[in-house]
Amino acid sequence: MIDKKLYDMPQGTDMAWCPGCGNFPILNIVKMAFAELDIKPQDAVICSGIGQAAKTPHYLRVNYFNGLHGRALPPAIAIKVTNPKLTVIAESGDGDTYGEGGNHFMHTIRRNPDITNIVHDNMIYGLTKGQASPTSEKGMKNPIQKEGVIVEQFNPLAVALSLDATFVARAFTGDILQTKDIIKAAILHKGYALVDVFQPCVVYNKQNTYQWFKEKGYYVDGSHDKTDKMKAMELAFDLERLALGIIYQREGKPTYETLVREGSEPLYEKSFDKAALENLIDTYK
Amino acid sequence: MKRFSGDISLVLGGAAGMGVQTVEALLVQVLKREGYHVFASKEYMSRIRGGSNSTEIRLTDKKRSAFVKRIDFLFAMDKDVIPHLKGRISKETIVLGEREKVCGAAPECHAIDIPFTRFANELGNPLYTSTVAVGVALGILRADEGVFENYLREHFARKGEEVVKKNIEAAEKGYAFGKHIAYHEGIEVRLTKSKAVESEILLDGTEALGLGVLAAGCNYISSYPMSPGTGLLTFLAEHSKDFGVVVDQAEDEIAAINQGLGAWYAGARAIVTTSGGGFDLMVEGVSLSGIIETPIVVHVGQRPGPATGLPTRTEQADLNLVLYAGHGEFPRAIFTPGTGEEAFLIAQQAFYIADKYQVPVFILTDQYFLDSVRSFKENGLQKIQSENFIIETKAGYKRYAITADGVSPRGVPGYGDGLVGIDSDEHDEDAHITESAKMRVLMHEKRWRKMEGVRDEAFLPTEIGDVARADIIIVSWGSNRGVIEEALEMVKRDDVAGLHFHQVYPLPKKVKKLLMKKKIVVLENNFSGQFTNLLKLEYGVKITDTILKYDGDPFSVEEVVEKLKAIS
Ligand SMILES: Cc1ncc(C[n+]2csc(CCOP(=O)(O)OP(=O)(O)O)c2C)c(N)n1
Ligand code: SF4
Ligand SMILES: [Mg+2]
Repeated sequence: MIDKKLYDMPQGTDMAWCPGCGNFPILNIVKMAFAELDIKPQDAVICSGIGQAAKTPHYLRVNYFNGLHGRALPPAIAIKVTNPKLTVIAESGDGDTYGEGGNHFMHTIRRNPDITNIVHDNMIYGLTKGQASPTSEKGMKNPIQKEGVIVEQFNPLAVALSLDATFVARAFTGDILQTKDIIKAAILHKGYALVDVFQPCVVYNKQNTYQWFKEKGYYVDGSHDKTDKMKAMELAFDLERLALGIIYQREGKPTYETLVREGSEPLYEKSFDKAALENLIDTYK
Repeated sequence: MKRFSGDISLVLGGAAGMGVQTVEALLVQVLKREGYHVFASKEYMSRIRGGSNSTEIRLTDKKRSAFVKRIDFLFAMDKDVIPHLKGRISKETIVLGEREKVCGAAPECHAIDIPFTRFANELGNPLYTSTVAVGVALGILRADEGVFENYLREHFARKGEEVVKKNIEAAEKGYAFGKHIAYHEGIEVRLTKSKAVESEILLDGTEALGLGVLAAGCNYISSYPMSPGTGLLTFLAEHSKDFGVVVDQAEDEIAAINQGLGAWYAGARAIVTTSGGGFDLMVEGVSLSGIIETPIVVHVGQRPGPATGLPTRTEQADLNLVLYAGHGEFPRAIFTPGTGEEAFLIAQQAFYIADKYQVPVFILTDQYFLDSVRSFKENGLQKIQSENFIIETKAGYKRYAITADGVSPRGVPGYGDGLVGIDSDEHDEDAHITESAKMRVLMHEKRWRKMEGVRDEAFLPTEIGDVARADIIIVSWGSNRGVIEEALEMVKRDDVAGLHFHQVYPLPKKVKKLLMKKKIVVLENNFSGQFTNLLKLEYGVKITDTILKYDGDPFSVEEVVEKLKAIS
């Protein structure tokens, strides 16, 4: 096991998160998971978009691609395909992943690359100061919908299941050990793995608090059959009581990087086939 | 007697799905093998069946690479062809086709009858009509029948002896009929064949570009289909296995370019291809490439806009788009091939510049260029060493190390002991977010220092004629090289010469001297004179006149000749 400290940034690194924010425990959990899984910082890449959650890669020592708002997933796919040996994590907020990046969310699941998608779901836009996110509850008052959100809440678990994601989980940042185990399982899972982590925003979301989540959330127990998709759907659709843990998992589905290319060496190691080019040019004679 | 010599324009017209494409493909191949200089360009409607499309095949004693308005021989497949091409048909045009289908009841329609239906019945299948048609054309030209038969043998070998036999029978029927027509109508065609042409390579713009992209060591493409950019995606898909190219059909252009950047970041060599409308969606990625200093090569095949515009036609109106795409300021390069040789070279140069300077690079083409077929010598395909600028990182590696030339050595994740981060926020040398004004200035200036290298390596434009001695310079870029070359030759004016740019940004400093104290006329396919304005901006020169066209068709030799004659 790698010493978790290896992932720590130097003392005094400035962090842009508010005290008490649910992002801190997730950062810690990701480091723990990496350490316990023996993933060297050099062998991991975290892709993120823009938002408070998306700043995560700046706060631990790994490779990272901190791209544009909504675009954590497309680079993550390409990185995994280019170098399948890397452990690739896409980590961003709910707005980033389900709103601006909604189309990529759907189509990444359809491709099924072997990446882990950790979504810090605070049910709000944090960085831009408290507007509604796709996962905000109907009726939630915010600076733009003064009377409350009037559109339907986005259900990431149900959407992922409907697109045949093979690992779908919900976690709560308040439960360090359980969340760590879920994220470890997600990283080990071969294929696209969604972990929607509920993460209270203590500044802008006064409605979905630690307390609110403690009351609503419950863990699926050992009797839950993770391979039962209809049962998983039922759990995903229940927004009264929020099921936590691995809701659905199925092994054996081929991953995108094995389908779209041959071999698993990094593309930069491949040498160029001059003879093939000469042969191809000859066909135009 | 109807005599044609040295320069013949043969046009095939018909509805989509009628086999015009098949005839064209067969005919240009065979004509090239016969030793004729050929150049083919097409215009078509944005539909899968019906409408009226046409292909022009030019056969010339000298190598040509331009569209002429004039039609010498028109092979018409249906009654829409004549009205569709009305403006290009003259008294001299010889119209050929199944008279009943081509003319219908139109009284003053004169078409030489080719009884395709009868031939199909005799051959037992309308499938062979294309081969008959090619045979007729070759018969009129009195080309060598054996070359055609050999080609058919090769081409259909995989389909079995029966198919080969039938095709040869069809070819013979057509050929005999063509000769018969020529004799009866008193048609005489004189063309000089060239032995050298027989062994040349024959390709369209997309293929020349595609081969260059492969030669550049490209191993990743993620794109979303949009005409006329799709051809490159299809080309790379076709050869993906042989060259180990990852081909991803993206959910949208935004995903495509963000994937392309992710691929480069991890060590791949990626391109994205699209047209103006798709490129609009990619713009955020261009800006991202600018700040994260991750290379990207973008092919934009232009078509007339705005919005959906004329989806299958041609224009050069997206120069400003690629020149200014992306918020913020950052260096870039734009290449604009006008010949197959240029496209092959440019594709490699685009990857080289993108990789070396870690900037977005554009290859800006258009429908006319991509769809036009030309032949040239194989050694016209100039290979440049495909370098890879990736370094192995050491512990403590800084992705954005500040350097004298602005280029920070680029590591990739998993290769070496260092960690590789990239950041779309303004960042420090370690790729971490910064709001320090001082760091911002250092980084911004570092990025811009790279522009000097990019400019120093800029391609010089091609001089056509004696630029130093001429008083008037006619300037073109991209697909218009062929038309100004030919038109300049036709007008035979010592005081006029041409300058063709296959790189339009950044412009090499040296060229300013060439343009001083001259009258400059810029020819381009757009309304507002986008390159005209860029020349003014970059060189501070005065532009005397512009020749602009924006109806969706390429310039014809005739119209450019007329303009050049009138310039004073
Ligand atoms: C293209 C684009 N549009 C809008 C923004 C502004 N913006 C930045 S983050 C954000 C929302 C972030 O919400 P979420 O992903 O939930 O992250 P959080 O801050 O809540 O962690 C928005 C709208 C942007 N950076 N880029
Ligand atoms: S705004 Fe909310 S989500 Fe963002 S850091 Fe502060 S508490 Fe956390
Ligand atoms: Mg959020």
